[in-house]
Amino acid sequence: MPCISILDGFDGRIEENEKRGVIMKILAIDTSTQVLSVAILEDDQLIIETTKNTKETHGERLMPTIEWAFENSLFGIQEIDRIVIAHGPGSYTGLRIGVTTAKTLAWTLDKELVGLSSLQVIAGQAGPTTSIIVPLFDARRQNIYAGLYRCQKGQLQAVEADQHSSAQEFAHYLKKTYPEESFVLIGDDAASFLDIFVSELGDRVSLSCQKNQLASAYLLGKMASDKEAEPVHTFVPHYLKLTEAEENWLEAHPEQGEEEYVQKTSRLDG
Amino acid sequence: MTTRILAIESSCDETSAAVIEDGKTILSNVVASQIKSHQRFGGVVPELASRHHVEQITYIIEEAMAQAAVSYKDVDAVAVTQGPGLVGALLIGVSAAKAIAYAHQLPLIKVNHIAGHIYAGELTGDMKFPLIALVVSGGHTELIYMEKSNSYELIGETRDDAAGESYDKIGRVIGVPYPGGKRIDEMAQLGSDVYDFPRAMIKEDNYDFSFSGLKSAFINKVHNAEQKGEKLDDIDLAASFQAAAVDVLVDKTLRAVEEYKVDQLIVAGGVAANSGLRKRLESIISERYPNLDLIIPPLSLCGDNAAMIGAAAQILYDQGEFSDYSFNARPGLELYE
Repeated sequence: MPCISILDGFDGRIEENEKRGVIMKILAIDTSTQVLSVAILEDDQLIIETTKNTKETHGERLMPTIEWAFENSLFGIQEIDRIVIAHGPGSYTGLRIGVTTAKTLAWTLDKELVGLSSLQVIAGQAGPTTSIIVPLFDARRQNIYAGLYRCQKGQLQAVEADQHSSAQEFAHYLKKTYPEESFVLIGDDAASFLDIFVSELGDRVSLSCQKNQLASAYLLGKMASDKEAEPVHTFVPHYLKLTEAEENWLEAHPEQGEEEYVQKTSRLDG
Repeated sequence: MTTRILAIESSCDETSAAVIEDGKTILSNVVASQIKSHQRFGGVVPELASRHHVEQITYIIEEAMAQAAVSYKDVDAVAVTQGPGLVGALLIGVSAAKAIAYAHQLPLIKVNHIAGHIYAGELTGDMKFPLIALVVSGGHTELIYMEKSNSYELIGETRDDAAGESYDKIGRVIGVPYPGGKRIDEMAQLGSDVYDFPRAMIKEDNYDFSFSGLKSAFINKVHNAEQKGEKLDDIDLAASFQAAAVDVLVDKTLRAVEEYKVDQLIVAGGVAANSGLRKRLESIISERYPNLDLIIPPLSLCGDNAAMIGAAAQILYDQGEFSDYSFNARPGLELYE
């Protein structure tokens, strides 16, 4: 059994790591768009990364890709210290496959779990700029998922939380809220929304020179290497939007607070 | 040698995990029901169902393992529902099952949800072949012939609504909250069949069902009365609806039992919890088919649950039918593929 030999090597490796300062081994996963990216890192050093833009679904290719990545590394998944997942926003189904896989692995192997914004990973590819970086994904019907980030002292800082908004309203909001700033749009879908942003912001907005930014699990893992671990059981994707049914229901029932809507039973009487 | 299977089910609005021993003994069977959430909308909202599954999945598996008092070294395989069901919901169970199987290097077994319902029979009694199974729920109404273990022949199914779905729909018309089946059944016990709704396809020479005609007849009856300013008795409406639904289900099922000369009848799925259906089958069978063995699982195993998935997985485990990690959830998965 290969997992036995991996475990055998585990203790020795820990001792070795203790001697030269602990190295954190990271599995990073991004399933927030149609692109799948999986990487294994030691601290911020890449061991292996695979990014797939194939026709297969995440459901079909995610776990085989993780298996492949470990088969081509020198250690097994049992030796990982933390799992990093792009927690959204993005495709709901894709996010759920990635988050369910990541949280189940983290829970069942007792590893740390860390989520990072899928938009932040795209913003991280913008390169040095004094403008506010605006990573965005198409959320259909002229809506976008967008973030506001700034590159300061070599670190990417979130200016505001990621949001779901109509593209037009968001551009208008930027114009009002940040009258002195310039903006650089980045992301695969950015070009198709440029006109809307220009209509509000004029020459204060431009498109990033970095074209075709894809998800990169290597970058994701690197950016999340010093983030604090999160509780595993309650970890869910950052959809940034309620389901339409819930939105309508809340509108009709504004007095209703948060309730427990899922009820657990144990059926041992069978 | 004892075999223990960790089973996971998430095909619709229930997140469930179970540990089953030798396909027979339930060590744990934990179910998180989302009914209260979907009640707000009068039916299951698929996107919301998927979201709830992600919230629940690791809690439920952890609790199933804890209640069974086993660790992964005591578990021989991981089984999961591949379909049929809601694709987004199925994917949560499938993703979690793959993760656990990979993390602990356990064989992975994909199970058909309908096969799971039938194999709830093995958790109730001893399955004897050949048999007929009536699987009847909010999503399915199917008659299946099994000549032997793990061999399925679909001999009849609904051509429109599932039986349970029609209960929910007529429930809405008379103000019964979703899901209506249980309440309609309770009301039906108190009333009588005075409205004589159509028994659709009962005379036809096949094993198919149709419930949308019955539903329409019910709705028309209520609306016509309303237009005349009359108020019909909800209790008798429920009793009349149930009488028609049960008549068709029982008639076709017993015809199949006779033609296929089977030793056993298994009635499974959420609507198998219906007391009208249970009582009628029990009384007719004890009267007219004394040699036919009837298995109707207890209520706790009629609704969706992972124990039944573990029971169905045992057969596949014995045959060495394991999967790699590349399979996808299949919302329209057929039983006889």
